[in-house]
Amino acid sequence: MSSKTRIIEVRQNVLKQNDVVARALRQRFHEAGIFVVSLVSSPGAGKTALLEKTLTLLQQEFRVAALVGDLATENDAVRLARSQAPVKQIITGTVCHLEAAMIQNALEGWNLDELDFLFIENVGNLVCPSSYDLGEDLRLVLMSVTEGEDKPLKCPTIFNSADAAVITKIDLATAVEFNAAAANRSIQAVRPGMIAVDVSAKSGRGMEELLGFLHSRRNAARVPAASQGAKAFAAPD
Amino acid sequence: MHELSIAMSIVDLAQEEADRRGGIQIKAVHLRLGLLSGVVKDALLSSYDMACEDTPLQGSRLVVEEVPVLVFCRQCDTQRPVHSTQMFCCSECGTPTGEIVQGKELVVVGLEVEK
Repeated sequence: MSSKTRIIEVRQNVLKQNDVVARALRQRFHEAGIFVVSLVSSPGAGKTALLEKTLTLLQQEFRVAALVGDLATENDAVRLARSQAPVKQIITGTVCHLEAAMIQNALEGWNLDELDFLFIENVGNLVCPSSYDLGEDLRLVLMSVTEGEDKPLKCPTIFNSADAAVITKIDLATAVEFNAAAANRSIQAVRPGMIAVDVSAKSGRGMEELLGFLHSRRNAARVPAASQGAKAFAAPD
Repeated sequence: MHELSIAMSIVDLAQEEADRRGGIQIKAVHLRLGLLSGVVKDALLSSYDMACEDTPLQGSRLVVEEVPVLVFCRQCDTQRPVHSTQMFCCSECGTPTGEIVQGKELVVVGLEVEK
């Protein structure tokens, strides 16, 4: 600062617009009794495969839907639609992440009261999505066994913005000499206490544990809603 | 690379504040940037000039104050710097902790104007 200038103090969060929309979404989700899970990972870690499997299995008991973000193409929405769940593609163009307003727009015309779970698949990117709250209840960060056990050390910010980790393509672990202990050390180094679940969307290994985790988180999130007289759903086993 | 859209948000936000104060001319925008904000300082600085083009903020500077990560250490029962962003443990006693109390900031804290 030069002697000819003065500083006017302000305090404004740069992402306040996104945060305002995200807060409104979270409130709306809460009132509708819907549990919202977002997925972040690098491109190719297996978000869509995991989601397709998850939608198919959860659908036997719950009403589920998904929003899927990509720079271009509707390929992922087409894949996910095979699960028979309602799916909408969000094409971001050149934007490398989803923002709360994109979620808000994509939900237009959907009756959230008719859903139990909503999944949001972010654009494949382990950097930018970390800055943007989407109003979700739970953020899962995926890392596949082919990516290297030190991925969390390379991208600590996204691991810190997520609530739990999912290690995908575990059926390939032996073939790629995946070191599970080293991967877990990396996760715990950047996020002490973080839950990590090993899954293979292909073989189904670990899916039961993952779905159990989603059930328990949803039940925990619904407790305050129930006490406020919000709509209650049949509790899963 | 989302720094350009962040820079554009900073320019919009600063201009709104300037307009609310009767259209003052901003010389610099002061920003607090946490090391866990997900935004890279150098990329943000180079995006800022681009974001200012053809706006009333053209020619202004972005002054970035980097904010280190602080965690709450239950062992020490106080806030401590983190060992590193690759090792979330207390820099004093080494106890692992994920309780972040500072480091996610992305906040405009001041507008530098002519006296």
